[in-house]
Amino acid sequence: MKEFKILAVIIALVGITYYGIEPYAHSVMHPEVAAADFTFKDVKNVDTSLAGNAENGKVLVEANCIACHAIESASHPQMMPNADAAAAYGVTPPDLSHAGRIYDKNYLANFIFDPVSAMHLQHKFGPDTGKTFPMPSYNWMTPQEIMDVVAYLQSIAPKVAEGKEGHKVTFEAACGRCHSMKYAGIEATTPTENLKTYMGATPPDLSQHIKSRGEHYLHSFINDPQVLLHGTAMPRVGLTEEAQEEVITYMEEIGDSKKAERETVGLWVMLYSVVFALFAFLWKRKIWEEVH
Amino acid sequence: MAEFKKANSMGEWFDQRLGVVNFSKVMMTEYWIPKEINFLWAMGMILAVMFKLLLISGIFLLMYYKPDVNMAFDSVNYTIMQDVAYGWLFRHIHAVGASVIFLIIYIHMFTGIYYGSYKKGREMIWISGMLLFMLFSAEGFSGYMLPWGQMSYWAAYVITEIFGGIPVIGGDLVVWIRGNFYVADATLTRFFMLHVLLIPLAILGAIAFHFYALRFPHVNNESGEFFDYEEEAEKFKAGDKKGAKVIPFWPVFLSKDVFVLGVFLIFFFYLVFFHYGFAMDPINFDKADGLKTPAHIYPEWYFLWSYEVLRGWFFEIAGVSGKDLGLMAFGFANAIFLVMPWLDRSPMVKPANQRPYFKYWFWLMIADLMVLTEFGKLPPTGPNAWVGFGASLTFLVLFIALPFITKAEAKKVGGK
Repeated sequence: MKEFKILAVIIALVGITYYGIEPYAHSVMHPEVAAADFTFKDVKNVDTSLAGNAENGKVLVEANCIACHAIESASHPQMMPNADAAAAYGVTPPDLSHAGRIYDKNYLANFIFDPVSAMHLQHKFGPDTGKTFPMPSYNWMTPQEIMDVVAYLQSIAPKVAEGKEGHKVTFEAACGRCHSMKYAGIEATTPTENLKTYMGATPPDLSQHIKSRGEHYLHSFINDPQVLLHGTAMPRVGLTEEAQEEVITYMEEIGDSKKAERETVGLWVMLYSVVFALFAFLWKRKIWEEVH
Repeated sequence: MAEFKKANSMGEWFDQRLGVVNFSKVMMTEYWIPKEINFLWAMGMILAVMFKLLLISGIFLLMYYKPDVNMAFDSVNYTIMQDVAYGWLFRHIHAVGASVIFLIIYIHMFTGIYYGSYKKGREMIWISGMLLFMLFSAEGFSGYMLPWGQMSYWAAYVITEIFGGIPVIGGDLVVWIRGNFYVADATLTRFFMLHVLLIPLAILGAIAFHFYALRFPHVNNESGEFFDYEEEAEKFKAGDKKGAKVIPFWPVFLSKDVFVLGVFLIFFFYLVFFHYGFAMDPINFDKADGLKTPAHIYPEWYFLWSYEVLRGWFFEIAGVSGKDLGLMAFGFANAIFLVMPWLDRSPMVKPANQRPYFKYWFWLMIADLMVLTEFGKLPPTGPNAWVGFGASLTFLVLFIALPFITKAEAKKVGGK
């Protein structure tokens, strides 16, 4: 009985200390932020309830977009090598093949209308900064036309495979123009030198971000970087919740590839320890019977 | 050379050459431990097992780790964690083990203080134990640098910078420790050497010394009673196992140790596989970058209390800068436990709760260490800074007051 009392005191002291230096201290250093908003309801320049016409959208895209953007899925190849594109625009323009799938509809429509406000990058490309975002605003288009473009992009987005291969496609489309992932052999499509000039610093390699930032942080951060890192040059990219999940899952598949193995082995080792403790208890009881 | 008779068994063959029969008596079956003990007496064995786990996992890690600023981070986080079969297992055991061994060291150490196991002939046990604590601290600190993450780098930067506060030689000393003007490749390789060779060697020696120091004064017991070990041992050997106050190390003492170890291992492996974040700080999964200071720099949890003693002094007093005051307090805090046997002037060897004055001192000290640990992690801003200062000051006052408190206690109990 006395031993249980001692154990209870130790557990209480260790527990209080643990609570203070882990959950509590982390909540102080990293306060909770507003929940991620996957409807992007703060941007409302375009009436997204309008039904888009993909055929008309195709015409608009071919007239307005493909001078800069490749769309491999609709047989519009890249116009120039990545290095040249980066030199011309500051950063390589995205291939729009997956745009209709990975970007939220509301976000995408408002992005076309005005990219800078959709990305929350007014501090970087605002009127007083002397810098202009490489893509112009298409605010001269009617909401119907914008929705037509969105409908077209959605209609041509290819389905991706289930599992890691598909997650990789989403990751590369969403993050791969600026971020490398060394442990997956992925190199940012924009050369480092251009990136440094364009972003102000080299965007980090994401190989270990699942560990250094963690799923919880990434969930908010990718949704809107400004919330957690005010003033960062990283844009809000407007991923749908599903696309963002795929990105985070891919980061885990690369950065914590042994997770499943760890959890299985862990259960066996703990089971072993329990059996070990049980036998040790029986042995101890037998031995101590003689001396008590 | 003595003449050897033909041995009749393998046991005898070895006994002739190595004296194994006597050796096992001295070390195991007739090494006497008091019977009146609780599970806290098993911490020493848990520490020995933890050290073994760290040594073995460390040897495996050593096969793939690269002590070079350009390769260290990836050799740990890619090669060991993801490429080599079960490399992650060894790293998790090593990282979590390093953290948990300090938890057990603290329990072991405060058990010693609680039961007064550093007094009346047991001074050398205490001193060798504190020597081990210091060596493990150095081992933990040097090992933390090796993954070459952000916290590796910045903790090393901040801690080595502390030595700069030493008068006259400070500046040169920092450069000497780092092997460069800043924390660099030379720092990493020398800390690697310390971590895998010099300090472990010293630890092995100190463990042997610690065990040896136990032989003459013997292990303390739960009530602090002094009795004649020889007499009690004779009783045990004569068959009065229930009446004797002693038990042999093997198998009686160890059977209890092994059971406590078993329970501990369930907890330990739970941490290793499912709850390791406290020992593997997320920030350390960002590669070291000398140009990018993390928002919050803090040492591993087991250094937080002494870090807070250092940090608590943030303003100038009587012309001495806060930094220098902090450094002095830090030096005091790290050395003071060593002289514990001489600070406690009361002859009482009893559990703290049975000592009229010491009990208050003991629990205050524990509470203060917990406050220091907690505030050592929190950002030192606003009221936090003052709580840190208060707790740091309390720590100093507690230890300065200890000889007076225990002297008064000695008077009250009349030399018992």
